[in-house]
Amino acid sequence: MKLLLENAHVEGIRYYEAYRKTGGYRAVEKALKMTPDELVEEVKKSGLRGRGGAGFPTGMKWSFLAKPEGVPRHLVVNADESEPGTFKDRYLMEFLPHLFIEGMIISSFALGSNTSYVYIRGEYAWIPDILEQAIAEAKANGWLGKNILGTGFDCEIYVHRGAGAYICGEETALIESLEGKRGNPRIKPPFPAIQGVWMRPTVVNNVETIAAVVPIINMGGEEYGKIGVGRSTGTKLMSACGNLKRPGVYEIPFDLSVEDFIYGDEWCQGIANGKKLKACIPGGSSVPILPANLLLKTAKGETRYMNYESLSDGGFATGSMLGSGGFIVLDEDQCVVRHTMSLARFYKHESCGQCSPCREGTGWMYRILKKIEYGQGTMADIDLLWDIQRRIEGNTICPLGDAAAWPVAAAIRHFRDEFEWHILNPEESQTRNYGLAHYADPLEIVVA
Amino acid sequence: MIQFSEEKLAKVKEIIARYPEGKHKSALIPVLHLAQEEFGGWLDVPVMDYVATLISIKPIEVYEVATFYSMFNMKPVGKYVLEVCQTGPCMVSGSDKIISHIKNKLGIDAGETTEDGLFTLKPAECLGACGYAPMMQLGKHFREHLTTEKVDAIIEELRAAAKN
Repeated sequence: MKLLLENAHVEGIRYYEAYRKTGGYRAVEKALKMTPDELVEEVKKSGLRGRGGAGFPTGMKWSFLAKPEGVPRHLVVNADESEPGTFKDRYLMEFLPHLFIEGMIISSFALGSNTSYVYIRGEYAWIPDILEQAIAEAKANGWLGKNILGTGFDCEIYVHRGAGAYICGEETALIESLEGKRGNPRIKPPFPAIQGVWMRPTVVNNVETIAAVVPIINMGGEEYGKIGVGRSTGTKLMSACGNLKRPGVYEIPFDLSVEDFIYGDEWCQGIANGKKLKACIPGGSSVPILPANLLLKTAKGETRYMNYESLSDGGFATGSMLGSGGFIVLDEDQCVVRHTMSLARFYKHESCGQCSPCREGTGWMYRILKKIEYGQGTMADIDLLWDIQRRIEGNTICPLGDAAAWPVAAAIRHFRDEFEWHILNPEESQTRNYGLAHYADPLEIVVA
Repeated sequence: MIQFSEEKLAKVKEIIARYPEGKHKSALIPVLHLAQEEFGGWLDVPVMDYVATLISIKPIEVYEVATFYSMFNMKPVGKYVLEVCQTGPCMVSGSDKIISHIKNKLGIDAGETTEDGLFTLKPAECLGACGYAPMMQLGKHFREHLTTEKVDAIIEELRAAAKN
């Protein structure tokens, strides 16, 4: 069942006419006849969880918004999509801009935001034009601007471009950046719901989350909540990449098995070039990497599914996370040490530098990984890496520290012998890859 | 003389108006983008000072922001900046090969500019095109599913465009 991408291939859907013909803006008509509180209630009932990565219940986030008399409130949409492996919001904004704008209008009304912003990563430089075109069309047709549908509700939407900083996907860094400052995350509390942009109450939501509000209003929160599995309601956009036969953006049902997603004809169609699956990072580069056996089945031997609960089954010991939906697949020819080094370089580059464990630690991790990758590591380096990541995790203002620590921890946890092989075979490791080794066979996993 | 055209000044005004009264500093990053496009692809100190006067903030407030964000170039760059993504998903799809091909072909290292001032190679971190890897950003747009042949064609295309 498709709730977001149903009409993605309708000719001209990027423009108002075609979007309206498919039933577009019906949800705004319906929503503006309801009260803001009723809308928040619908979103609560839907069980929608934030699609940016953290999976926090959206309705609850909305209900935290402070409403002091005389102080404007703002909706800010996080379109800073920068988590390696993630490119789903780009797809939504590029091909279904009106769906996204429709979601923003409803959400703005529910939150009482008369001026809402889209904070989009600077590198998506051509997308603001598409969004601004959609905003202008919506305005020309009375869905935005003053006194929308005669309800007395005024709303303007502006697109604000960032300029290349992963950290601005963290909501308080995004707010700082929107204020024209460096993207340094703020210490919480106060949370944005109390003091956000310009110290006004602010809700920051991901693009996909906001788009999902449209089907929620159209079908009702309760109906939306019935779709999916357990606390994973609705559908999820996955951006699949790496060594897949057919990478791309897919809208998946939450009861899809990981195996079907990778190998199914309707989905990624298996590993490219007939290779074998070695490992996968299922939810964006920050979440733990899993070897093939633990990816397809949980440590208990049960089938793993593409939803919040199943992917995190086993905790970080034997599981991972759905995260942002950035599904990165590595085939048998890939080197886990090199891949981890590449991610460590990314986090080193993206650390804002405020907290020393992250500022220094990400650089140390990158340099040690580089040493190991280029055949100059020692066994003690592996333990040192482990020690550093452990001291970063939980010791920083924002989650970038955790995001940098987790990939290193998981790589060592599951692929320690590949690291050791690099160290024991400094010359051979420069000319060939470790390959699948025993990962092709199920490991004996001790479940605590 | 560092000075925006009337048209660009109107754009600056429009950008400032997007934010509440007194919150004009929010216009800084969008205006820096305009300035970088207009004044040679990088932000020299006089350019940043000019932006400071336009937004009525102190020059230091511009410097600290400009140096934080990776899209702002703090030194001169070539007419075309080839920003090749090198992060995980692009790496497993062959970005190393693309980067070394460009280095060999143009005779420059990462961060350098060719002698004719046409090309700068700027390896980048994840640009959000992981499913279409390897890729590079070229100005406003992405070039995706790169191969060494495609890179050759892009370089030829840009050389031809520079002559016109």
